[in-house]
Amino acid sequence: MCEFIIEKGVFIVKENLQAIREKAMDLLNNVKELKRLDEIRVEFLGKKGELTKVLRGMKNLSPEERPAIGQLANNIREAIEEKIEEVKNELMKKEQEERLKSEVIDVTMPGKKRRLGHRHPMNLVVDEIKEIFLGMGYKIAEGPEIETEYYNFEALNIPKEHPARDEQDTFYINENFMLRTATSPIQVRVMEKEKPPIRIICPGKVYRSDEVDATHSPVFHQLEGLVVDKNITFADLKGALEVFAKELFGDKVKVRFRPHFFPFTEPSAEMDISCVACGGKGCNICKGSGWIEILGCGMVHPKVLKMAGIDPDIYTGFAFGMGLERLAMSKYGVKDLRLFVENDVRFLEQF
Amino acid sequence: MNIPMSWLKDYVPIRCDIETFVDRMTMSGSKVETYEELGKEINKVVVGKILSIEKHPNADKLVITKVDVGEEVLQIVTGANNISEGDYVPVALNGSTLPGGIKIKTGKLRGIESQGMMCSIEELGFDRTDYPEAPEHGIYIFQQEYPLGKDVKEIFGLNDIVVEYEITSNRPDCFSVVGIAREVAATFNEPFGYPEIFVDEKGGNVSDYISVEIENKELCPRYAARVIKNVKIEPSPKWMRQRLLAAGIRPINNIVDITNYVMLEMGQPMHAFDLSKLEKKKIVVRNAKPGEKTMTLDGEERNLDESMLLITDGEKPLAIAGVMGGEETKVTEETNTILFESANFNGANIRVTAKKLGLRTDASVKYSKGLDPNIVIDALNRAAQLVVELGAGEVVSGIVDVYPNKREPKTISYSIEKINALLGTSLSEDEIIDYLTRLEFKVNKEAKTVTIPTFRPDIEGNADLAEEVARLYGYDKIETTLETGTPTVGKRSYSQNIEYIIKDTIEAQGFYEIMNYSFESPKVFDKLNIKEDSDLRKVITISNPLGEDFSIMRTQTLNGMLTSLSTNYNRRNEEAFLYELGKVYIPKELPLKELPEEINKLTIGMYGKVDFYDLKGVVEVLFEKLGMDSKVEYDLKQDLTWMHPGRTAIISINKKEIGYIGEVHPDVAKNYEIDTRVYIGVIDVPSIIEYANLEREYKPLPKYPAVTRDIAMLVEDTMPVKDIEKIIKQRGGKVLESYKLFDVYKGKQIEEGYKSVAYSITFRASDRTLTEEEVNKTMKKILNGLEGLGAKLRS
Repeated sequence: MCEFIIEKGVFIVKENLQAIREKAMDLLNNVKELKRLDEIRVEFLGKKGELTKVLRGMKNLSPEERPAIGQLANNIREAIEEKIEEVKNELMKKEQEERLKSEVIDVTMPGKKRRLGHRHPMNLVVDEIKEIFLGMGYKIAEGPEIETEYYNFEALNIPKEHPARDEQDTFYINENFMLRTATSPIQVRVMEKEKPPIRIICPGKVYRSDEVDATHSPVFHQLEGLVVDKNITFADLKGALEVFAKELFGDKVKVRFRPHFFPFTEPSAEMDISCVACGGKGCNICKGSGWIEILGCGMVHPKVLKMAGIDPDIYTGFAFGMGLERLAMSKYGVKDLRLFVENDVRFLEQF
Repeated sequence: MNIPMSWLKDYVPIRCDIETFVDRMTMSGSKVETYEELGKEINKVVVGKILSIEKHPNADKLVITKVDVGEEVLQIVTGANNISEGDYVPVALNGSTLPGGIKIKTGKLRGIESQGMMCSIEELGFDRTDYPEAPEHGIYIFQQEYPLGKDVKEIFGLNDIVVEYEITSNRPDCFSVVGIAREVAATFNEPFGYPEIFVDEKGGNVSDYISVEIENKELCPRYAARVIKNVKIEPSPKWMRQRLLAAGIRPINNIVDITNYVMLEMGQPMHAFDLSKLEKKKIVVRNAKPGEKTMTLDGEERNLDESMLLITDGEKPLAIAGVMGGEETKVTEETNTILFESANFNGANIRVTAKKLGLRTDASVKYSKGLDPNIVIDALNRAAQLVVELGAGEVVSGIVDVYPNKREPKTISYSIEKINALLGTSLSEDEIIDYLTRLEFKVNKEAKTVTIPTFRPDIEGNADLAEEVARLYGYDKIETTLETGTPTVGKRSYSQNIEYIIKDTIEAQGFYEIMNYSFESPKVFDKLNIKEDSDLRKVITISNPLGEDFSIMRTQTLNGMLTSLSTNYNRRNEEAFLYELGKVYIPKELPLKELPEEINKLTIGMYGKVDFYDLKGVVEVLFEKLGMDSKVEYDLKQDLTWMHPGRTAIISINKKEIGYIGEVHPDVAKNYEIDTRVYIGVIDVPSIIEYANLEREYKPLPKYPAVTRDIAMLVEDTMPVKDIEKIIKQRGGKVLESYKLFDVYKGKQIEEGYKSVAYSITFRASDRTLTEEEVNKTMKKILNGLEGLGAKLRS
């Protein structure tokens, strides 16, 4: 009797467990929302859930019967949990799909930008030139803008009474001091201080007494270069500047060197490049010649070397100098120099 | 220097086309600026002969002519009344062009066909000074018969090309036809034919007419003169007028034209005096006396000073040497006897005199370059020769020539090795000698010396010889090599590197770099509200500025920045974020006795939707980038008169002020016409370089958890949070990792005069997990400290 009852008890428990499983599965298969899923979990697996209730009824079973029933109950719990997880994943996936669908934005609307500032257009060109020469082993030298008569003129082989000293061109502070008319005094200062080999470029502001207009300014920028070492030749000068020109203006550019005169170099030359606008055919910009003058250069005058304390019988050197505003103007197509000092952001932001 | 090709060809053969010519001249050192084909606007204008003149049936003022133009006879209607049958006239044919873009076509005039046009001198682009024989109104009639149908361009000297050369200042000898011809000869390796000069003297003796004395031999190395008698002033012949015109000089009369012609041809300025106007028959060259005056031939009275050189008759000034002749002795229609002056003056002195007098003449420009005294006599004789050739007068025998210190050709030694070494070439000695010889240098191969003509004082050594050789060999033929000396490392110096970082960091925060002039107006100090006794007003002044607005070297960068901001504001740009890295110029003493300090300043300026803390953030990021943020302190600065007294912070490191940031004083903003809040920061760049630290060392990432506590307190409104932070830092000890101000609140629920300040403080130890107890202990210390400051903690 007792056995029967127990038999029956086991049977009933098994039946119940199976029923719970089927019921749970049935519910889970039809669930539509995550919230409902949680309710179902509580309904069956929670503390007061159906499965728990059945398991609690196990105390009425004999110890021999419990493991089998326990196993069964656990299997069912696992199956339900698994199913819940499966349904949950499905529902979440579905829900995410719907959310993503609802989150469509207009990707053609403008981005939120942080403005990135930058160099003044002229300094963009200066930096580019600096990089070229740094790569060729040159250092950057600097010097005072208010200079002495000696460094600005005398040491550059521009003796007193030379037309280049005309007040017309030079801003004087008094008879001994002036605003430098070129960056060349820096070269002299470096030669006095350092022993060859010297490879420097000297960028900086220079001053000439020109009224302000579209192509003239009393303050402008120059970049000069100087190389002093043993066995430096005019052919080396041509080589270095040709490399520079091709780096700055592109491989296709042609250069030519024309004889010219500067008091501080001998032989002296001017370097032209084939017109960037027309490629050398001749146009308005190059005045039909096909060439644009870019810089002045030459072999450092033996007198200049000597005055700076370098023996011209042992060392030779070359020097060159260029106006930077003009380069920047031609590079960017700026027609009026005054734009460079007006500092209107609508101009500055374009570069 | 403008030179017609036809004139050059008198002295050197030219066998190439004009393009080749200008190219090769440019490449040998005589840079051609431009060249102009004369008469290129005149086409199909030919010589015609008027065969008949008949009345026009429909117009009283017109006539119908038949004109033979060689191949055909044209019917031409004209209104001119100065023509006769048999006249030779310029005829513009159907389809011809005239100066000014005028086109002539066959058409009808009052019903009668006209197949061309007879031209006046004006229609050919001249005027009656150029061609005095031309009628005032009417057709130009040729003075002689020419083949019919001949192009008139040749007759008017228009089949010529005028070439403009850029002459460098070391080559004053090239300011002449002869000088350029010499360069052409050397460039093309052609023979140079110096003008053949001979003078047909008519007797007498020049010393009976004039004596010359030079008082200042420094300023007048040479003075020579000739006398011409029985002068007949008249227009010079057509060929001379045409050459002068082509070279850009207006013909005047035969004597003046001769002086100009010789100046162009030989490069030597000349002057003609009316000898009868000289009271004393002598020339004395001396400096002007104080207060002396003279009237120059342009009718202007000139005030002279002692530095100026005069040509006098011993007493009265006759001319300002090398600049301009005097009114009293100028050549007129009545002149009968003239004195030709050909002299050499000190170039620098002439330049200064011309400048002082504001009198730039062709002569003064030439003299200023420094001329060779040895061309004086050739020029004088060339003028005399032309006088004879033109029938302008009779040349009195003899020359007066005062030349105390003759300039002799100098001889220098040459080195083939050095010339080649400088150029990077391997030219043979013979090749080099060939180039030098072409330039009239005399080479002595045995002695290795070269004798330089006196018109080339610029040649002093091997470097100069190398240039002469190179330019004739061809700069373009010298190969290009890359120097192979001792290598050097190209890199920025430390301070240049810091400047780069400054620029990059400021730019990354949205600022554009600007540029401003280094000089400005002394008025800016008032505009900037800078005190009368401020050191900033001790400025270096330019003695010859372009104007007051550009007369002082700036001692501050504010004006440049505010001016730029103002430009943007007044052009209605919504916002502007600008920076400048530029110098100020601070004298050590005034007047300047040694070089001033030139100090680089970083100036940041902005307006727009920003406040003080935006600007402060910019400099904080900069200092962080440069590894110096922990050293920097900010304190309220109330005495910068151009800044807002409550919104300006001085920036200092170890008590040393390195700059300031803040809002510009509204009065100053107003002075710059800016009607919004403007923020400016100025930081000393050398100080940044001094305190920047680019070294970085790795700290291990934390292994143990952090504990964060938030506190809020009430403090007096005027208390800077810096004081609170000082306590947190001091009392936080080793376990304090960081603190962050997250709220400042004034208003409702907060007592008047107070503010609520809230911090989030983070603690962490690197070697263990902090216990509650430890954190509580530290917090207690901090809180006690804050209470000591008078802070009331809020729970």
